[in-house]
Amino acid sequence: MNSLAQPHKWERFFWPVLTAGVFLAVWQFSVVWSHTKVFPSPHDVEKGLISLARKNVLWFDIVDSLRRVAIGYSAAAILGIPLGLILGWYPAANQVVNPAMQILRPISPIAWIPLSIIFFGVGDNAAIFLIFLGSFFPIVVACIDGVSNVPSMFRRAGRNFGLSPAQLLLKVVFPAALPRIIIGLRISLGIAWLVVVAAEMIAVDSGLGYLVIDSRNSGKHYDLVVAAMLMIGVIGLILDLGFRWLERIRSVRWGFRHES
Amino acid sequence: MLETKLSVEHVNMVFTRDAKSMPVLEEIDLDVRTGEFLCIVGPSGCGKSTLLNLMGGFLPPTSGSIRIDGEIVRGPDPRRIFVFQERGVFPWLTVEGNIGFGLFKLSRAERDRRIAHYIQMVGLKGFEQTYPNELSGGMKQRLEVARALAVDPDVLFLDEPFGALDSITRLTMRSELLRIWETERNTIIFVTHDIDEAVQLADRVAVMSNRPGRIQQIVDIDIPHPRDINSPRYLELRAGIYKQIGLAHQI
Amino acid sequence: MRLRPLAFLGALLLLWQIAVSRHPGHLLPGPLEVLRGIFELAQHGLLLKYIVASLFRVTWGFALAAVLAIPLGLLIGWYSRAEMAFNPLIQILRPISPLAWIPIAILWFGVGDLAAIFLIFLCCFFPLLLTAIQAVRSIPEVYVNAGRNFGLSPTAMVAHVLYPAVIPQLIIGLRITLGVAWLVVVAAEMIAVSSGLGFLIVDARNAGNRYDLVVAGMVMIGIIGWLLDIGMRSLERVKSFRWGYSED
Repeated sequence: MNSLAQPHKWERFFWPVLTAGVFLAVWQFSVVWSHTKVFPSPHDVEKGLISLARKNVLWFDIVDSLRRVAIGYSAAAILGIPLGLILGWYPAANQVVNPAMQILRPISPIAWIPLSIIFFGVGDNAAIFLIFLGSFFPIVVACIDGVSNVPSMFRRAGRNFGLSPAQLLLKVVFPAALPRIIIGLRISLGIAWLVVVAAEMIAVDSGLGYLVIDSRNSGKHYDLVVAAMLMIGVIGLILDLGFRWLERIRSVRWGFRHES
Repeated sequence: MLETKLSVEHVNMVFTRDAKSMPVLEEIDLDVRTGEFLCIVGPSGCGKSTLLNLMGGFLPPTSGSIRIDGEIVRGPDPRRIFVFQERGVFPWLTVEGNIGFGLFKLSRAERDRRIAHYIQMVGLKGFEQTYPNELSGGMKQRLEVARALAVDPDVLFLDEPFGALDSITRLTMRSELLRIWETERNTIIFVTHDIDEAVQLADRVAVMSNRPGRIQQIVDIDIPHPRDINSPRYLELRAGIYKQIGLAHQI
Repeated sequence: MRLRPLAFLGALLLLWQIAVSRHPGHLLPGPLEVLRGIFELAQHGLLLKYIVASLFRVTWGFALAAVLAIPLGLLIGWYSRAEMAFNPLIQILRPISPLAWIPIAILWFGVGDLAAIFLIFLCCFFPLLLTAIQAVRSIPEVYVNAGRNFGLSPTAMVAHVLYPAVIPQLIIGLRITLGVAWLVVVAAEMIAVSSGLGFLIVDARNAGNRYDLVVAGMVMIGIIGWLLDIGMRSLERVKSFRWGYSED
């Protein structure tokens, strides 16, 4: 985009490595220079990670967090996609339900914690409910968006070839809306990952979020705190990349503008 | 005597929006013969696309009726297929998938046979597994025609199908369409604002006036195919239509 | 026609009230109790105070994030080498929930407003950064080439090519991020401060199981979040920004 010459291939590795190196160096340097007793250096974090891995605590926490996300997110998708498709297909229904959704949507899942504890008690189910809440609305909105943006030409062609309304929905509207639905699913998974960490900090006692809080509360082990944060970031990234890989499947690829 | 395939009787079309009514078509009377290639030309906004939509059954007329084979048109039907510009092909299906789209009622063997036949006919052999976003504009247009033909329709409606193509591809596509029509002999109703296109392709040309659209004149193009675009008769017919629309023929 | 959504809401409220009256010992409050709770808060002057506190934190965190992230993002989007350099770092930091930063926030800022604002800043920073990067990258090259063709100086390029081209996308990004900020402020307040709507929810429960106030807080959160969204959407409609929405 700029006026400099095209970057070379090796630069794709050089620059990020350089930045990461500078970042770590600055971090290490500031820890040393400020004589902090509490804030960990990169080296401390590395040691912390290894000790967590050795004690198997890390793996159990990762599995717990992923499990909660899997259940809450799947429930949101299974309920949200059909609802979103219907609301997108019948704009009248959408008009009726929309204001209620617009008011419920800005209420952070975290704000639902007291209520969810009433219904589910403290524990896994409450956390899963929160994840469900956080994932549900983005999925519904993306489906509505996808369906209502199907070009009318496609629907007309479908009717022209003699498709019944059910066939039209299945064979034309759904495939045409799929790219946007997938984007919604990807964003929603990202949100689910944010919510699980938050939910675990408050309502349960296992998982990566709990690890973050617990490491601090039980002795100010900030090296473990940062180690846990790092794991959260890496796994969240892997989930996101997994989805982007899905977007390359040929029968949906047409709906995405791909950056090189 | 050729029989009438499609007849438009006293059709009027008025659009109402926000209590304002906009007459778009006025007293359209038109008979289309079986196997005929009819072009509808007119200036932008004269309602020719609306007329086509009415014939295809996508809109009900405000008054009057449209009959195909004697029956009143009540809605879209696979016996009368609409061909849009190439944007109408389904991007999530391959070439094969698109052509086979309307064939879901047939047996597997019959469907495959037809797909192969029409891929061959429109010249897309070798691209069976290709997705539309990898095809050129002309190829996508041919794909859409193949998809329409595969269900063996009686009538084909084409709404400025070559409008988005460059002029060279357009010329190629016109001869392709004629070639296909001469084999299949469906009834074709073709809307265009390009008068040359109409005179090159059609048996008859219906010239429409400005909004509210009326049929001003129906011109018989009595030149046999292949047509020489330098022949005096061609130029004469073309000039006549230009004059009808009120355009000077010198720039 | 306009009444139907209201009727739907009314029906939901009615169902809620019925469900609650059939389970008298249940902790969940009905809509009437919630309404009384809202009035109680308003009477004590707490309602306004808490709303203002939450909005205050959101405004500061959001504004700081916007002021830093947008220019930075525009720069990174413009220079492909910069994007190569920073992208991996951004991609790893982004999925870390702002709440996971709480221990660090408390370490650096102590418990209080600053920590909450820091969390809001964090949750707004990355989405705005990415929006700005994306906005620059999607400027059609013809505009840039036209600018160069006419010999525009760098300042003129920014003012006449870059800025108008990215504004529509930036505004949408700002709206969405404001919604995220509103979600996070509630969470941040439940943990790190002693005022605001998030705090209300936690405190009402802890100091006596006042679930009517809990739900009252939730309702206020929902309504204000909705109003913020509507406000931002009306900004999108301002005519001079509208050229980006021609597809609508």
